[in-house]
Amino acid sequence: MLTLRINGEDRRINSDPDTPLAYVLRDELGLKGTRIGCGLEQCGACAALVDGEAVLTCSTPAAVFEGREIVTVEGVSALPEGRRVQDAFVAQAAAQCGYCTAGLVVAVTALARAGAAPDREAIKQALAPHLCRCGSHPRVLAAAEEALS
Amino acid sequence: MNVTDYPLLRDWLRVGDGGLILRTGKVDLGQRISTALVRIATEELSVPPDRIAIAPVRTGDSPDEGITSGSNSIEQSGLAQRLACATARIAALALAADRLGTTPDALDLDDGRVTHRGTNRSLDMVDLVAALPEDLPVDRDAPARVLPEPLPEFEPRGLRAMVEGRYTYVHDLDRPGMLHARVLRPPMMDARLADLPQDIVAGLESAGLHLIRDGSFVAVAGPQEWPVVRAAERLSNGCRWDIGDGLETGDIFQILAAREAQRFPVIDGTPKKAPLPDPLASADFDARFERPYTMHGALAPSAALAEWRDGRLEILTHSQGLYFLRGSIADSLDMAEADIVLEHVPGSGCYGHNGADDVAFEAALIARAIPDTPILLKWSRADEHGREPLGTAMAVSVQAQVDGKGGLAALWMETRGDTHRGRPRKGANRAGPARLSANSLRDTDVPRFVPEPNMNNHAGLHRNFDPIYTVPDKRLVKALVADLPLRPSALRCLGAPANVLAIESMMDELAAQAGEDPIAYRRRHLDDPRAVAVLDALEVMLRDRPMPGEGGGRGIAYAQYKNAMTRVGLAVDLEIAETGEARLTDVILVADAGRIVDPDGLRAQLEGGVIQGASWALHERVLWGPEGRETLDWDSYPVLRFDNVPRIAVHLLDHPGAPSVGAGEASPGPTVAAIANAIHAATGLRLRRMPFDADAVVAAALQA
Repeated sequence: MLTLRINGEDRRINSDPDTPLAYVLRDELGLKGTRIGCGLEQCGACAALVDGEAVLTCSTPAAVFEGREIVTVEGVSALPEGRRVQDAFVAQAAAQCGYCTAGLVVAVTALARAGAAPDREAIKQALAPHLCRCGSHPRVLAAAEEALS
Repeated sequence: MNVTDYPLLRDWLRVGDGGLILRTGKVDLGQRISTALVRIATEELSVPPDRIAIAPVRTGDSPDEGITSGSNSIEQSGLAQRLACATARIAALALAADRLGTTPDALDLDDGRVTHRGTNRSLDMVDLVAALPEDLPVDRDAPARVLPEPLPEFEPRGLRAMVEGRYTYVHDLDRPGMLHARVLRPPMMDARLADLPQDIVAGLESAGLHLIRDGSFVAVAGPQEWPVVRAAERLSNGCRWDIGDGLETGDIFQILAAREAQRFPVIDGTPKKAPLPDPLASADFDARFERPYTMHGALAPSAALAEWRDGRLEILTHSQGLYFLRGSIADSLDMAEADIVLEHVPGSGCYGHNGADDVAFEAALIARAIPDTPILLKWSRADEHGREPLGTAMAVSVQAQVDGKGGLAALWMETRGDTHRGRPRKGANRAGPARLSANSLRDTDVPRFVPEPNMNNHAGLHRNFDPIYTVPDKRLVKALVADLPLRPSALRCLGAPANVLAIESMMDELAAQAGEDPIAYRRRHLDDPRAVAVLDALEVMLRDRPMPGEGGGRGIAYAQYKNAMTRVGLAVDLEIAETGEARLTDVILVADAGRIVDPDGLRAQLEGGVIQGASWALHERVLWGPEGRETLDWDSYPVLRFDNVPRIAVHLLDHPGAPSVGAGEASPGPTVAAIANAIHAATGLRLRRMPFDADAVVAAALQA
C-alpha cells in the first residue's frame, strides 16, 4: 500500500497507485482545494508544493510522489510564507471566480519559500504555467509582488 | 423592471439569524454581484456586511430574473434591491419614530442602529425590518440614501475561502452514496453511436460500474472518480461513431460570405422588417473584419449534481438561467416544472453559455436511470473544448465616405454570422429541448434547433453595430446565417467585439487619412458629453506617458456597451517581437459606469475584460476537421497567459446622480480594437482577421 506525506502527516492511500495525485487528494482524502481544470497538467489549477516546488498533480500518478513532502493549499495556510501570500491575495482582491486561485497561491508560496525576490518579469514567467480565464492576472501579479517584496 | 413581477419587500429582503437575507435571481459567476448587492443593502440600511447574507438562488423560491447575462445584474437585480432596501429604510424609520415617540427626521442611522438624537435611545435596524408588515410593497419611487462619503471597500464575498482552497464549487460536492459520472463525447453534435463493444461493456459492469444509454447518449457512473474517468476513456477508445458526411470544412469566412442570410436593416440599434438600404455608390474606406469561432473556455469543465427521488429531480448547477433550464428539462423529460428543483452552486467563470446547461441535463438523465442516488457528472477538458457552444464566427463589412474635412459623411455596414441565441429556453419548435445537446443524441422527437433572428435593440450580432458616432447617412444591415459547421450561442459581449473592431479600426484609419489625432477625431464625432469626458480624461492620462519606441505602438479605442451602458475609452501600448508576437506593455482605461456601486469590483470587471479581449485578439480560434473539433485542449487552443499580461491603469468617472449601469462586458470590444490599432501603429500593418497572433503579423508583413 502506498504511503504519502501530505501536509506534515503520513497518509496510507487505498487508491490504485496509478491514480493521479490530484484525484487521490480530492476523492480519497477530501482535500478539495487542489482543483482539477484539465487533467493534462496544462492549466495549473492542480498545483501543490512538492519538496517546496509548485508541481502540477492532475495526471502524474500518486506513486511518483512517494517519499516526497507534499503540501496542498490547505497546508499552505499553516506556513508563514503561505499565510503572507494568502493575505496579499485578499488585500489585492486577486480572484474573480477563484478556480485558478488555489493553484496560484501555491505557486507564489513556492516563490516565497525559495527566498529570492524576483522582479515582475520573473514572476510573470514563473506563473505562466497557470491559466486564469476571468482576467485576475494584474491583481495576482500585484499580490505576488506584495508577498515577495 | 423586476419589481413588477416581484412587487413585495419580502420577495427581495427578509430577516433571519439576526441579520438581513437578500434574495436575488442573479447568480455569482465571479463577477462579484453578491458583493455589490450587499454594498447596496449596506448603503441603504447601514447594516454592516457581516450581518447580511444572500439566499441561495433556487427555482420555486428565488425571484425569476431570467438569465444572469448581458451585464444586466446591477441594473436589474441591483435596482430591485436598492428600491427594496430604500422602501425598508423609510418604513423602518417611521416605525422607529413611532416606538421612540419622535419623528423620522430626529433619527440618525449608523452601523445598523437607529438612534434618537435627543435621548440617545436606539433600535436595531434588522429588528425594525423584521417587524415590517408581511405584505409591504416595494415603493418604486423610494429615494436612494445619500451618503456623506462612499462606503469603504469591503472584502469580496468568498475571497478568503478561495485563497485558502475552502470555496465549494459544484465539482467539490459530495453526498452519501454519491456516484461520479462521465459521458461519451460524440465527435459532433448529431453523430450516431454505431458500435459499443460488448466486451468493454461487460468489463465495466463486472467492475461494478453503471452504464447508462439512451440512443447515442452514453454515460458511465461509479463510486470513485478516477476509475470512472478511466472507464469512459476505454469505452470512448473502443466505440465507433457514424458521422454521416462529417462537418463542412474550408475557410469559414468564405463559407459565411457565400451562405444565404436573413437580412434586416438596423435602425437606431434595432433590426426592422423593412427594405434594405442601398450600398454606397463609392467608398473612401472599404474593408472587412473577421472573427473566428471562439470558446468560452471556462477553467473548470462544466459539472452538475443531480438526484432523482420519488419522481422528482433536484439539480445543483452553475447554469446562468435556472428557470429557463428547468422549463427546458421538464419539456425534454415530459415532467411538470414543479417536480424539478434547480439550485445554483458556483462553477468557474463561464463568460456566457458554455456547457453548464448541457451537463445539468445530462446529470439528470443519469440520475433518472439510477434513482435515489446523487450523481456528480463532470465533463472532461476535451468534452468542454469539443462540445461547448461557441461564439459564432463573424464578418463585418464596412464602406465609408468622408466629407471635405475628412469627417464621416456616409456609412454602409453589414454584420454577418450565426446566432448568439443558443441557450435552452422556451420558444417555437420546442426550442428549449432542441438547445440541450444530449437531445440530439437521445432517441427523441425533439426537432432540430433553428435560430430565430434576435430583433431586440443592440442584441446578438448587432450589439454595438450601430456606431455611437454621428454619421449623417447610416446604412446598416444585419445578416443572420444558419447551418454553419459548429454550434453557436452566447459568448460574453455577443457581436460587440467584431463590430467594435470594425468601427474603431475605421475611425483610426479615417483619422490618419484626415491627418488628425485619433482621440480628437473620435471626439468631433461624438455629441454625448459623458463620452467626450471619458476621452478627455484618457487624453490627460496619456499626456505624461511617452509613446512606445521603435517596434512599439499605441492604439486607441472607444465604445459604450450597447450604446447605453458603461462607456470605455482606452489605450493599449505594445511592442512587436521579432517573431511577430505582440507583447502587451500597458493599458490605460477610463470608464463611466454611472453611479458606482463597488469601485474595486468595477475595476476588476474592466481589467478582466481587457485580459479576455486581449486573449481573443491575440490567440483564440477554434479549429475543426470533417471528424469534429480539433482544438481539444489548452495547447491546441492557446490563450493569453501571465507572461504577456500588461500593466493596467483604470480611472473611473463617478456620476452619483446617474443610474448604475452594467460594466462586465464593456472593455473587451474596445481592447480588441485598440490592439489592432496599436499593431498598426507599431508596424504599419492593418490586421483585420482575428486572432492577431505572430503568424498573422508575419503573414501580413510578407504581403505588405
